[in-house]
Amino acid sequence: MVQTHAYNYRDNTSLYLVSGALVFFLSLALLIARYAADQAMEVQSWTFIGLAMAFLLGTIFWASNNADRNPFDEAEYEDTIVKWGVIASVFWGLAGLLVGLIIALQLTFPNIFYFPELGWTNFGRLRPLHTSAVIFAFGGNVLIATSFYVVQRTCRTRLAGGMWPWFVFWGYQIFIVLAATGYLVGVTQSKEYAEPEWYVDWWLTLVWVGYLLVFLGTLWKRKEPHIYVANWFYLSFIVTIAMLHIVNNLSVPVSLTGSKSVQVFAGVQDAMTQWWYGHNAVGFFLTTGFLAIMYYFIPKRVNRPVYSYRLSIVHFWSLIFIYIWAGPHHLHYTALPQWAQTLGMAFSIMLWMPSWGGMINGVMTLSGAWDKLRTDPVVRMMVVSLAFYGMATFEGPLMSVRAVNALSHYTEWGIGHVHSGALGWVGYISFGALYCLAPWLWKRKDLYSNNLVEWHFWISTVGILFYMISMWFAGITEGLMWRAYNEFGFLEYSFVETVEAKHISYMIRALGGGLYFIGAVIMAYNLCRTALGHGEARDEVSATPQNDIHSTLQPAE
Amino acid sequence: MGLMNNHGVLERHSLLLTVGILVVVSIGGIIQMAPLMYMDNTIEKVDGMRPYTPLELLGRDIYVREGCYVCHSQMVRPLRDEVERYGHYSLAAESMYDHPFQWGSKRTGPDLARVGGKYSVTWQVDHLKDPRALVPESVMPPYAFLAEKPLRTKDISARLRTERLVGVPYTDGMIENAEAHLLAQADPEGRGFEFVDDLVSAYAEAAGREGSFELRDFDGDPERVTEMDALVAYLQMTGTLVDFSTYEADDLENRR
Repeated sequence: MVQTHAYNYRDNTSLYLVSGALVFFLSLALLIARYAADQAMEVQSWTFIGLAMAFLLGTIFWASNNADRNPFDEAEYEDTIVKWGVIASVFWGLAGLLVGLIIALQLTFPNIFYFPELGWTNFGRLRPLHTSAVIFAFGGNVLIATSFYVVQRTCRTRLAGGMWPWFVFWGYQIFIVLAATGYLVGVTQSKEYAEPEWYVDWWLTLVWVGYLLVFLGTLWKRKEPHIYVANWFYLSFIVTIAMLHIVNNLSVPVSLTGSKSVQVFAGVQDAMTQWWYGHNAVGFFLTTGFLAIMYYFIPKRVNRPVYSYRLSIVHFWSLIFIYIWAGPHHLHYTALPQWAQTLGMAFSIMLWMPSWGGMINGVMTLSGAWDKLRTDPVVRMMVVSLAFYGMATFEGPLMSVRAVNALSHYTEWGIGHVHSGALGWVGYISFGALYCLAPWLWKRKDLYSNNLVEWHFWISTVGILFYMISMWFAGITEGLMWRAYNEFGFLEYSFVETVEAKHISYMIRALGGGLYFIGAVIMAYNLCRTALGHGEARDEVSATPQNDIHSTLQPAE
Repeated sequence: MGLMNNHGVLERHSLLLTVGILVVVSIGGIIQMAPLMYMDNTIEKVDGMRPYTPLELLGRDIYVREGCYVCHSQMVRPLRDEVERYGHYSLAAESMYDHPFQWGSKRTGPDLARVGGKYSVTWQVDHLKDPRALVPESVMPPYAFLAEKPLRTKDISARLRTERLVGVPYTDGMIENAEAHLLAQADPEGRGFEFVDDLVSAYAEAAGREGSFELRDFDGDPERVTEMDALVAYLQMTGTLVDFSTYEADDLENRR
């Protein structure tokens, strides 16, 4: 590439290719809409057409407004897309948490929060909406945004692919909306955390391959000899999610214009495939991706190098090798052959070590900067996220032991466990990254208000504790009640008595979720005011080192 | 350590790193999943399993669509209290025609693997319409709207053909007459009368016995076939297919 002419030479190839791809898929969607075999497919096609049209028109409008400058200038970082990613993360985060609060209230006060005439608001359709919104919409956007930010900084080069990163970003938002509206109109293949039907799966596959190529492309033109550790984690997240997604979603559509498909696998094999996928959605989406955030944002924020390079290597390879085996612990005492269950249990227990290795590497990065725990609420949030990570990754191996699982499985304990990881670990490390990114991206001196971060932190932490403790209590209570025998050797409780016993716990859980949601609203407000440059964020920062593509080594490298 | 020093090679070559990751994350999955696909003893041989009738299959689709699986498991574990509460523990064979499986992961409501025949059809319909009218402490959503929605039967033959493509042994006759079979089960005295014999013999042959499903109106409205008919037809047969009088749990073949 001719670097010196970068300012004048504008390469429009990617712009035309993306627009061409959009036109192609728009035509395909119009065809499907015209010949739709069922009403749900018609709704989904038109949703796609609306969104893709908006994307295409937006692109044309944007490109024509930028005629006099090069929007793909290699001399600058692509930060606009990261800004959009921050906005999308906050938006979907609030949406996902709100749906979670609603379904928690449905289970607590069913007479108030169910509407017999509005079947699409029932728990069965809203719960996949909640899980997909928080995992894939919120978590996914955080990962895409931070990975685009981090890979540029640690490779000291602009994001590869010109317009293609935008295809990844907006294509991913289209995936989210298709999945979410699909659940509401009743399109689902019922595989947990992989509910979207075949055509949405295909679309996501396409977007994901684009993501992988953009990421790899950026690595290929890096100006650093070594690939930084955060990028190993991002890369393993992208590659493995692609593998999991494709295998778990193997299905045959009933009609190419219909929304329904039939899974290739059945029964035992399908269960094994699903939980191989399901547990590694936790492992590679919610863990390695967010560990990448840890490996960049914590060192950066506290201005210290990563605690141990060797530990990073051991941590990385052992974590990704062992995680993939852990799936069968979701299938203890089922019709899955016992050898597979035992393998799942053994590897789940082994998984404890790399998990804590990663936690230690993150926490010890604060060596020599412990005072920041007191003075910087953002650092505290990220370190507390590691504490929750450590706790959840200790609880997980415990629950994967067959004898413990006999009690804990199918109960609220599982819900409590997943939320200590999701709210505590994934939520807090993401919030920490968003609090870092807002001032960096909008070039502000500081956040609008560090006091509000304190408020966010404490309100959410109390919320998480309410959530976890109430669900432990509910889960162990119902688990013990299910297996309780009376003095005559009969089962002591009917099933519905165990439901009734959880009512108070459900109320406390909803309160905890509500507090967590309020915390997130405070964050959204704080980030908005930061971007607008109010309060402590008033003064602009011109060229901080991490915003300059030609700067020397970063502390995190 | 020498190994650690060599790690630099991976850090300098992104494709090597990518391939390395792919190899490392493939091993566990291959070892756990591949044997299940060809090992004969993954699924015990039992008598009585047959493909779902068209009405049951569409009922199952509604079960999937409404997300019943998020609160109800279909997997009775071999634990004393579960076997006493729900019935014989689930066998692998019982979900061999389930694309996808419905084992679930959470019991906000009770397990449904053997709910078939446990309650009357009328109870099921009333309970689905307004759960708290029958069970005041229940937290289940109401499904009255299912009784208002006519069942969509248009592509039912294509639906069965796709099932056959992935290994469910539907015969040509079953596929061809799917819509008639559906009517025969849901309205055996009226519109489906002519096909009752055909339906009964086709699925009795597959199951190896007769009487593995009910032929009747389910939702209390014989005039039309609704989604409620289909869902209740499905619920009333779950877990009833296997003939446990011929199943020997202690047989060497069934010990895994």
